[in-house]
Amino acid sequence: MSTSIEFDHHADRSHMSVSDKVAIEITGMNKWYGNFHVLRDINLTVNEGERIVICGPSGSGKSTLIRCINRLEEHQEGSIIVDGTELSSDLKNVDKVRSEVGMVFQHFNLFPHLTILENCTLAPIWVRKTPRKEAEEMAMHFLEKVKIPEQAHKYPGMLSGGQQQRVAIARSLCMMPRIMLFDEPTSALDPEMIKEVLETMISLAEEGMTMLCVTHEMGFAKEVANRVIFMDAGQIVEQNEPNEFFDNPQSERTQLFLSQIL
Amino acid sequence: MSDLSYVRAEMLPEKAPPVSTSGAVGWARENLFNGVGNSILTILSLFMVYLVLSALLPWVFSPTWNAASLNDCRTILAGHEGACWGVINERWPQLLFGFYPNGSEEGTVDQRWRPILTFVLLFVAVIPVLFNMISRRMNWVLLLGALGIAFVTRGGVLTMIIGVALLAGAAYVAFQLFNTNKVDRAEEIASGAKRLPNPLIFSAVFPFLAPWLLWGGSIWGPIGALFGFVIGALVFRAVTAVAGSLMGIIAAVLSAVIWWLFLMGGFAWAMESIISLGLEPVESRKFGGFMLSITIGVVAIGCSLPIGIVLALGRQSDLMIVKSLCVGFIEFIRGVPLITLLFVASTLLNIFMPPGSNFDIIVRVLIMVTLFASAYMAEVVRGGLAALPKGQYEAADALGLDYWKAQRLIIMPQALKISIPGIVSTFIGVFKDTTLVSIIGLLDPLGLSNAIRADANWNGVVWELYGFIALMFFVFCFSMSRYSMYLERKLRTDHH
Repeated sequence: MSTSIEFDHHADRSHMSVSDKVAIEITGMNKWYGNFHVLRDINLTVNEGERIVICGPSGSGKSTLIRCINRLEEHQEGSIIVDGTELSSDLKNVDKVRSEVGMVFQHFNLFPHLTILENCTLAPIWVRKTPRKEAEEMAMHFLEKVKIPEQAHKYPGMLSGGQQQRVAIARSLCMMPRIMLFDEPTSALDPEMIKEVLETMISLAEEGMTMLCVTHEMGFAKEVANRVIFMDAGQIVEQNEPNEFFDNPQSERTQLFLSQIL
Repeated sequence: MSDLSYVRAEMLPEKAPPVSTSGAVGWARENLFNGVGNSILTILSLFMVYLVLSALLPWVFSPTWNAASLNDCRTILAGHEGACWGVINERWPQLLFGFYPNGSEEGTVDQRWRPILTFVLLFVAVIPVLFNMISRRMNWVLLLGALGIAFVTRGGVLTMIIGVALLAGAAYVAFQLFNTNKVDRAEEIASGAKRLPNPLIFSAVFPFLAPWLLWGGSIWGPIGALFGFVIGALVFRAVTAVAGSLMGIIAAVLSAVIWWLFLMGGFAWAMESIISLGLEPVESRKFGGFMLSITIGVVAIGCSLPIGIVLALGRQSDLMIVKSLCVGFIEFIRGVPLITLLFVASTLLNIFMPPGSNFDIIVRVLIMVTLFASAYMAEVVRGGLAALPKGQYEAADALGLDYWKAQRLIIMPQALKISIPGIVSTFIGVFKDTTLVSIIGLLDPLGLSNAIRADANWNGVVWELYGFIALMFFVFCFSMSRYSMYLERKLRTDHH
């Protein structure tokens, strides 16, 4: 599943530095679906400004892992600390983490009964208590950033898949998140639309956003990520910086995976 | 150059469709005469329609409007087939109002203006809920106008003055309404011009006003009941700020119930002794006809939707006790015929009440019909909830919306939209089921029709009465059905 999308290889991305402050800390995390052990002893520390791509075969637990970070899935063992807040059954902590962590889904999950603008202003108004006018200005700012301000008063059903996904990114950004999670954001899109979404994500990375991205877009991983994580059978098999990961994979499982997709 | 190579030099322009498939001719060809079989069916159907109408219309147009009895009708018709409309002419007030005081008994005054006003105000209260295209000012014109006419027609100097003032207000607002166009007004509002109060305020007051108008009595009763909600809301706001929303809800419900049970009676009595303001009480057994059907129907429809939503959410809840209570309630009510519940309301319930307590029969019926409708409504709403993709819940969660906000802003608007056809079907079903109250002796239109046929003058009249009742029900049910289609069209967001 090689990607044919070309990025600007000469762009200077040296300023995309990683701070040494910890954004997410996962220690000894285990999760089961019934008796099925879906995540096994996950240990992962993400620093602020890191851009991590998680890849692996389907069913390897990569989506489940990032969905645990904003507790769309509950973990049963170990700890997840996001931005200093530990995720537990305390709903207040969960809501706090969720409002700091943006999430983009494979199927966009825009609210079809609201206009694009309302989709973007809903959470700021109801969760952050931002005045409507201010929220609308901010929404327009982010819609301009993802290059679709002219669609603000349309409904999601009237937009193409790529446009919908960019709206979904803008909707998350309106909450001013410190961390963004992407769960296969381009898997449901036509090749022509994948590029526009990836470009939006790259510009986000360039601004220093902490990003965790489950994707099969290896071009994106090479270009933007500072770390690639390979998962299989619910565990982290290998992680490395992208050049090393792609040119010199250590584990046999990784080598097999890369030989299949590249 | 190979034969396979082809390059389009210019893109094709759009063309109009061929004439034979558009316009009246195209429509008829496609829908009525599409092939030999369909043409034969069309002609046969037209013939059937002709047969039915040629039999029905002469019967309907029969000159018997002023007949005083069935025998009169027979004389007028002189052997021809025809309807005997005299019964409707004589009894329509009864079919509409039952035995609501009409001034015919000694020492009573015609009170029928009260149900009429209630019915008109019902529309004024419901319009801002159902249609958002009607302007605020139009709503106030309707409200002030209706109240003004009611006051003016009551006679008496003081009511006359109030009525004229209300009508003047209505006229003033109407004058303003027709003198400014929409665009100017929108600009005025944007620049901070004063707006009239939201007409939904009246929609909230109406449920307290309507029972007072219909049953009469002191006005302080309904005002006290309304106060209960105000107290509940204030307590909720105060407690939520300190102890969270769950405690807020509990405290609000408790304080409101305490008010209603222990304090409200004293309040109403005290206020009544200071300022006595009331309407002549009318007993429930005088209620009847369409007035009764509409009262039961509107209450059941209005209350069953919110109760149904709560039950549907409860059924999906993770909390064991809440869930089993809701499932138990829904399955019990759905498993029992409405007739049984009505018999419980009319006979059994009195046995369980403390002796001497007078629990109004119509209120008992209202509760039963509402519970019955709620159980069905819960299942309809649950269907809508089940149809929503899981991603909508996840997106709402991921944005940090809590359960109630997610329900209110994301889930319910979509679930209810999906369930509109089912919800309206349930509404229509409930409205028609109100005729079952005739079995426990309430005089709804069907109950009255039996009473009318017991009259020696009209003994033997069947089709005319049932036809009239059917027509009235059809008007209401068909309007509901049309409204639901309008609403579905309005809420569609997936087209250009």
